[in-house]
Amino acid sequence: MKRTLTVTLAAAAALTLVLSACSNSPAPTANGVDAATATSLTAFGDLAGLEAAANAEGTLNVIALPRDWANYGAILDRFAEKYPDITITEASPDGSSAEEIQAAKNLKGQDTAPDVFDLGLAVAVSSTDFFAPYQVATWSDIPDALKEASGLYTGDYGGYMAVGYDPDAVPAPETLSDLLGSDYKGKVAMNGDPTQAGAAFAAVGLASVQSGGSVDDFQSGIDFFSELNQAGNFLKVDPTPATIASGETPVVFDWDYLNVSYGTQLEGQRNWKVVVFPGTGYAGYYNQAINKDAPHPAAARLWQEFLYSDEGQNLWLAGGARPARADAMQAAGTIDTALFDALPQTPDTTVVPTEAQSAAAATLLGEKWAAAVQ
Amino acid sequence: MKSGRQLSSKFRGTAAALGLLPFAVYVLLFLAVPTLIAVGTGFFDSDGAFTLSTIAALGDPVVLSTFASSFWLSALTAIVGAVVGAIACYALLGLRPDGPVRVMVDSLSGVLAQFGGVMLAFAFVATIGIQGMITVYLQDTFGIDLFANGVWLYETPGLILPYIYFQVPLMIITFMPALQSLKPQWAEANATLGGGTRSYWLNIAFPVLAPSFLGSLLLLFANAFSSYATAAALVSQGSQIVPLQIRAALTSETLLGRTNLAGALALGMIVVMAIVMSGYSMLQSRAARWQR
Repeated sequence: MKRTLTVTLAAAAALTLVLSACSNSPAPTANGVDAATATSLTAFGDLAGLEAAANAEGTLNVIALPRDWANYGAILDRFAEKYPDITITEASPDGSSAEEIQAAKNLKGQDTAPDVFDLGLAVAVSSTDFFAPYQVATWSDIPDALKEASGLYTGDYGGYMAVGYDPDAVPAPETLSDLLGSDYKGKVAMNGDPTQAGAAFAAVGLASVQSGGSVDDFQSGIDFFSELNQAGNFLKVDPTPATIASGETPVVFDWDYLNVSYGTQLEGQRNWKVVVFPGTGYAGYYNQAINKDAPHPAAARLWQEFLYSDEGQNLWLAGGARPARADAMQAAGTIDTALFDALPQTPDTTVVPTEAQSAAAATLLGEKWAAAVQ
Repeated sequence: MKSGRQLSSKFRGTAAALGLLPFAVYVLLFLAVPTLIAVGTGFFDSDGAFTLSTIAALGDPVVLSTFASSFWLSALTAIVGAVVGAIACYALLGLRPDGPVRVMVDSLSGVLAQFGGVMLAFAFVATIGIQGMITVYLQDTFGIDLFANGVWLYETPGLILPYIYFQVPLMIITFMPALQSLKPQWAEANATLGGGTRSYWLNIAFPVLAPSFLGSLLLLFANAFSSYATAAALVSQGSQIVPLQIRAALTSETLLGRTNLAGALALGMIVVMAIVMSGYSMLQSRAARWQR
């Protein structure tokens, strides 16, 4: 019996090997251009050349793009409308930046691998091995501070960390310390856990700069949330439009564009106001990158061109986010001024943590956060 | 004739092995290989070089406190579940095995023991969440505020009730056969020899049931210790239990390069589970003596 079992297991192991061997198709090329190595539009001649190559591929795989995040739903729909020959496959809309990179790793060589990424800065900086450099046609409009010089990753849209609140449930908070008051008992939530989610990380960053600390040291931010927790005000629910609609989470720390979109989504169901505290504001940008092993390299590049076109940038603006080309577009008169003027008032000073500051803060949070909010 | 019989028995052995093949392949593909891969990642750093540093990270104070809270949560819900479940089993003994109540409780336990994850979390949010039916009713009718000292439902204490909710039915399923194996002849023998209720329980029922009870207790502990989905749906801050730490290590977009810690944490969990489950099977084999 023992020997037959060994034989059985050996057979099973052999089968496993057969199953896990996967085929790898070479990158398709259109009109003699290797799209996978194209670093700008010139490789395809012009936009029409890129469109032809992308249409020939016929598919675009996007990952971790929630439809209610920075107007991505409308952006995806508009792209699909503009390029009816390209089918968009949306994978794990609520995934994290880290999971996007993992998907690229796990699905490498398969035609279901993600073509493009939308990443928080920390993940973008540490995952450059997975990216193909590409500079969009409007490259010169993007501020240098927001882009990697060769185009490995490029800032796409950003915003300020803000507090959204239900004016019918709580008084309007004017400063961060207002939230420690008894009116906010069991009502203050943040989008995720700061040791996992970029938005929550930024909430602690905002608390740091608002309570006399700086982006060099998040300790004062951790202390603030610890105090909020002691007061019984910190609500450990992951807020979603559904929890806001039901009244479960009346106060939410989140990016201003997300808070604004909660308000527009829940129009008529629940009032939702957004405040960016005066003084020092904490801003953060997300980043676009193209998967080096993208199964549809031309479609990936066409997606980038679309996002950084005036139309794509204004679509992000319609979602309450500040697009990377905002200043240049304002100068050129191509920005949607009604939308641009409707953004929440910007604070006097704006801080964006550097890579080193983010890494130090992340380490500190890893050690201190769980205990601080017990 | 003799050789023919040998041949057929040999053939039977091969046939049996072939019959086992689909199951063996299934277990290998979906249990053994993923487990080995997961645990294996704990021994390598992000560049793929062999290292023991991630295993050493198991001694990190944050990780240790996570294991501690996983332990107390599992132990508490296992003990409460085992005691409540055992009492329920004892109460059910008085009913006809084929009666409607017994049949209903048996099938209900079968369902509820597997009722976990998002469904269970949502059931609790809808009933005793901040806007839950019961919460609002208590608040409006009696002025009782369930969350006067902060909203505990979304923290580690908030996991106790949902866990007990699936622990009790599991106890009923696993402990009922042991109670049913108490033979009436033993009670009669005890009475014949002049014993009372006390001596029956002390000298007969308790020693016979103890291995089963402890075994079920260990099973409940393992069940809670390895539960992930319910906690993942309820707790979004702090990752206080080990499965949530594994989630954090794998999916974090702020604390990077810790994916291998997940493998080390999984190894820690497997060690605990292996100890608990071997204890369970030892106790079960002891208990089986009385259930023939």
